[in-house]
Amino acid sequence: MADNRPVLRVKGLGKTFILHQQGGLALEVIHALSFDLHPGEVLALAGPSGLGKSSILKMITGNYLCSAGSILVQDPETGEEVDVTRAAPRRILALRRRVLGHVSQFLRVIPRVPTIDIVAEPLAAFDIAPAEAKDLAATILARLNLPESLWSLPPATFSGGEKQRVNIARGLVAPYPVLLLDEPTASLDAANQAVVEELIAEKREGGVAVLGIFHDPAQRARIASRVIDLGAHAGKPVERIGGVLNHDAGLRPSHA
Amino acid sequence: MSAVLDTPLLSVRKLTHRYGSRVACRDISFDLHPGEVLAIVGESGSGKSTLLNCLSGGLPVERGVAFYRDRKGLAHDLGSLQEQDRRHLARTEWGFVRQNPRDGLRMRVSAGGNIGEPLMMVGARHYGDIRALAGDWLARVEIDPARLDDSPASFSGGMQQRLQIARNLVTAPRLVFMDEPTGGLDVSVQARLLDLLRALVADLGLAVLIVTHDLAVARLLSHRVLVMQGGDVIETGLTDQVLDDPQAPYTQLLVSSILEG
Amino acid sequence: MTSATPLAGYSYAYLDAQTKRMIRRAILKAVAVPGYQVPFGSREMPLPYGWGTGGIQLTAALIGRDDTLKVIDQGADDTTNAVSIRAFFQRTAGVKTTTRTEEASLIQTRHRIPETPLQPGQILVYQVPIPEPLRWLEPRESETRRMHAWAEYGPMHVKLYEDIARHGEIAVSYAYPVMVEGRYLMSPSPIPKFDNPKLHRSPALQLFGAGREKRIYAIPPYSDVRSLDFQDHPFRIEPHGHACALCGSTDSFLNEVVMDDTGKRMHVCSDTDYCTTRRDHLEQGEAAE
Repeated sequence: MADNRPVLRVKGLGKTFILHQQGGLALEVIHALSFDLHPGEVLALAGPSGLGKSSILKMITGNYLCSAGSILVQDPETGEEVDVTRAAPRRILALRRRVLGHVSQFLRVIPRVPTIDIVAEPLAAFDIAPAEAKDLAATILARLNLPESLWSLPPATFSGGEKQRVNIARGLVAPYPVLLLDEPTASLDAANQAVVEELIAEKREGGVAVLGIFHDPAQRARIASRVIDLGAHAGKPVERIGGVLNHDAGLRPSHA
Repeated sequence: MSAVLDTPLLSVRKLTHRYGSRVACRDISFDLHPGEVLAIVGESGSGKSTLLNCLSGGLPVERGVAFYRDRKGLAHDLGSLQEQDRRHLARTEWGFVRQNPRDGLRMRVSAGGNIGEPLMMVGARHYGDIRALAGDWLARVEIDPARLDDSPASFSGGMQQRLQIARNLVTAPRLVFMDEPTGGLDVSVQARLLDLLRALVADLGLAVLIVTHDLAVARLLSHRVLVMQGGDVIETGLTDQVLDDPQAPYTQLLVSSILEG
Repeated sequence: MTSATPLAGYSYAYLDAQTKRMIRRAILKAVAVPGYQVPFGSREMPLPYGWGTGGIQLTAALIGRDDTLKVIDQGADDTTNAVSIRAFFQRTAGVKTTTRTEEASLIQTRHRIPETPLQPGQILVYQVPIPEPLRWLEPRESETRRMHAWAEYGPMHVKLYEDIARHGEIAVSYAYPVMVEGRYLMSPSPIPKFDNPKLHRSPALQLFGAGREKRIYAIPPYSDVRSLDFQDHPFRIEPHGHACALCGSTDSFLNEVVMDDTGKRMHVCSDTDYCTTRRDHLEQGEAAE
């Protein structure tokens, strides 16, 4: 049967933000976290919000640096494990193109590019011809009930829910062996939530390894094959300095 | 990744340039690979333009080394390159997009002549072909090809800049130096230009070394970024990582200074 | 005309020995690098700039007792300037002079190449007003020197491109730029475009002198000289469709002469020697009948 070696191994992960603009305040958000992720499973990260769950996903993609530990990603092409915390930037970019799909909470809007092209773009890295890529993009957008009239428009003026569906489409259209999902259904209605859950299930059945953050416990129960409670790995308590510091976002709201 | 892809296009080690006793850039080291966009960001006086000029030939490489690998795989030491070899590289493998398009165009020559000149400099001698290719490139940079015979003096600033880009890309260079290509343009014009650059860079697999003070430009166009201050590299890494998780105090200051809409 | 004794009290051919040496060195350099403009120390001559001092200095540096000199101005041996320059060398060098192209060892010319093909061993000295072919495109001497050094002739190609874009053809009728041995861009002096083909692989040594601009350049015998053009707009000479009123020639360069104020005009060969020779042959032919 399928090889069940972990595609992702997180070992002793730690993250501390040092805010120089606040006199060097140190914010530890993750402490000594270890877990493995296997093909065909949906692993949910659970815990109260503000605990740094998004940061974990971002460290895996190399968007954030790690303060401690290592993140080993199995590269299906070479069979090697790449340590994201030590890899050269080009290596990380290569992993992002073909191994690690990431659906973040926010859609980064590139001016002037139509929705359907945004969704089709990741497929180029898998040597899929533009025409076929566009068809695949259309299929998934239709499944997510995004009206066809919107496909040729850039998503800048879309609603939150529409933008999120574009984001999901872009992340799920391509055959990444690993998917990292950050609250993928937060702005969606029940019907579209169900579609997304179906898509995730299909991916899982196809052997994709999924790591996700689902804040709704019911949804988590439906989708996840395994849950990690991060409570034990939260950073040390932080003193608030007038106003709330959002741990997940790090220093500032992230536009992923 | 194959060995060929791993070979850098441009390798810089401990590049230092002084104006008299003042150090403009100090011990700069980095690699640039084919198809990679590297942004050099910093404020005025950071040394970013000096660095760009040392590598593109405007200034000599006095200390440190810089190697460029050409189409045939031959490495050229930019510090000891003969002027005619440097000009040959500049004609056949490089482009340089200047901040002010008037500095990079012949204002009294038609748009077609501006795009055709680099072709003629590398031996193109068929008028019809040159004209056709120039027309294609005008369309590619979203200028109406009917303006092929118009002088750029009659173009808007954004059009002039796009014409400069076409002039630089027509010879299919492998490395393009850009010095604040969107500086001086209206914001809406900037957005259009950046999007065009983004698409062209991706389509043509260009390696780009772009100097900018604008982090938003770096975020949109570049894979990696070098943050400079006072002549030193303060921080470097993947663009999204440096901008989303800045480590150095100066970088954090720069990032937090971006005006949020 | 036969040779005579040079004028006493003057150096042979007017120029002193050191000057001749300097000019000959410049000539050697010019011949060694075909088409490259060699700076030289242009001397004060007994006629002002703009009257052929460059050509005269070249001739003076080269001419010897065994030479036969021909001097033409716009193809004619009998204009004021041609006559004066020829007389000047008769007096200062005592050389034989001639109007026959094939008899001359040294030909000084202003703005034309003789119609009669030149032979090995002949030297053609051109009078040049503006030696720099790029001057009208780039006024800075510092820049044009760099352009020649790096063979970066973009502006010239662009100018020809612009001509075709604007006029449908290259709009240069004289001083048509050429590439010498594929390396240097050169102005052949203000000869008509019609004469350009004669520059290419000529058996003669062609020397160019600009007195005011202080430059000498050269085309060694049998050099490759190509007029600039495009593959789909090749260099060509349009037939003028006239014949010389005096000798009937249809393939020489003709001057258009206005005869009166009613607009009557006549076309006559610009090369007086060529025309005269043809007429002589025609008369002999008729006489033989």
